[in-house]
Amino acid sequence: MVSLSTDAIDYETLTEAVRRPGSGAVVTFLGTVRDLTGDERTVALEYEAYPPMAERKMAEIEAEVRARWPVGDVVLVHRRGRLGVGEVSVAVAVSAPHRAEAFAACRYAIDRLKEVVPIWKKDLADDGQEKWVHPGCSPASAGGEA
Amino acid sequence: MPQIAIRLFAHLRERAGGPAITIEVPDTATVATVRQCLARLWPDAVGLLEKSAVAVNEEYAAADRTIRPGDDVALIPPVSGG
Repeated sequence: MVSLSTDAIDYETLTEAVRRPGSGAVVTFLGTVRDLTGDERTVALEYEAYPPMAERKMAEIEAEVRARWPVGDVVLVHRRGRLGVGEVSVAVAVSAPHRAEAFAACRYAIDRLKEVVPIWKKDLADDGQEKWVHPGCSPASAGGEA
Repeated sequence: MPQIAIRLFAHLRERAGGPAITIEVPDTATVATVRQCLARLWPDAVGLLEKSAVAVNEEYAAADRTIRPGDDVALIPPVSGG
């Protein structure tokens, strides 16, 4: 299951949702809004998505994970809109028979999401500066989980 | 010349002042043609444009991909989800 959400991510429910009798391991990754990047202080991140393509790419990642690891279930959810420091911007929950597979599958899913899913964040700093984060382009990336 | 609308996001959307831009392209336009048109339009954003991908019908497209009438075209600057 994949989705974009404008509401807070209920990661406890997502974690429960992937649990299976045949899965002895569950790994849940949460990306949360960090307060400091270097010496720049973030007060909020504004997430924008290209929704149909973002959900399509997330569904591809889910399919890749299912093809590569014997997962019980896998869930990817990403927030949209404005998030304050500490809020959960992304959650990936994976269940698998053993922990090595669960960790590897979860790691792969979040890494791929950050590479290919058309979602962007704008860093809102405490000095009033607003800056879109476009990795590889100056100014350097800032803000959320990295 | 045919016109195509291009969806814009993040910095490029704000740079253009709206969620899409319409440009005129030759009949045989490709993804590369679209990139050239935008680079001429926004010389100050060439660095970001060079690092941006183009999606056609919600899938990343190669430079030689032909744009046909009715295609959904989007400019995808480097992503920063997570």
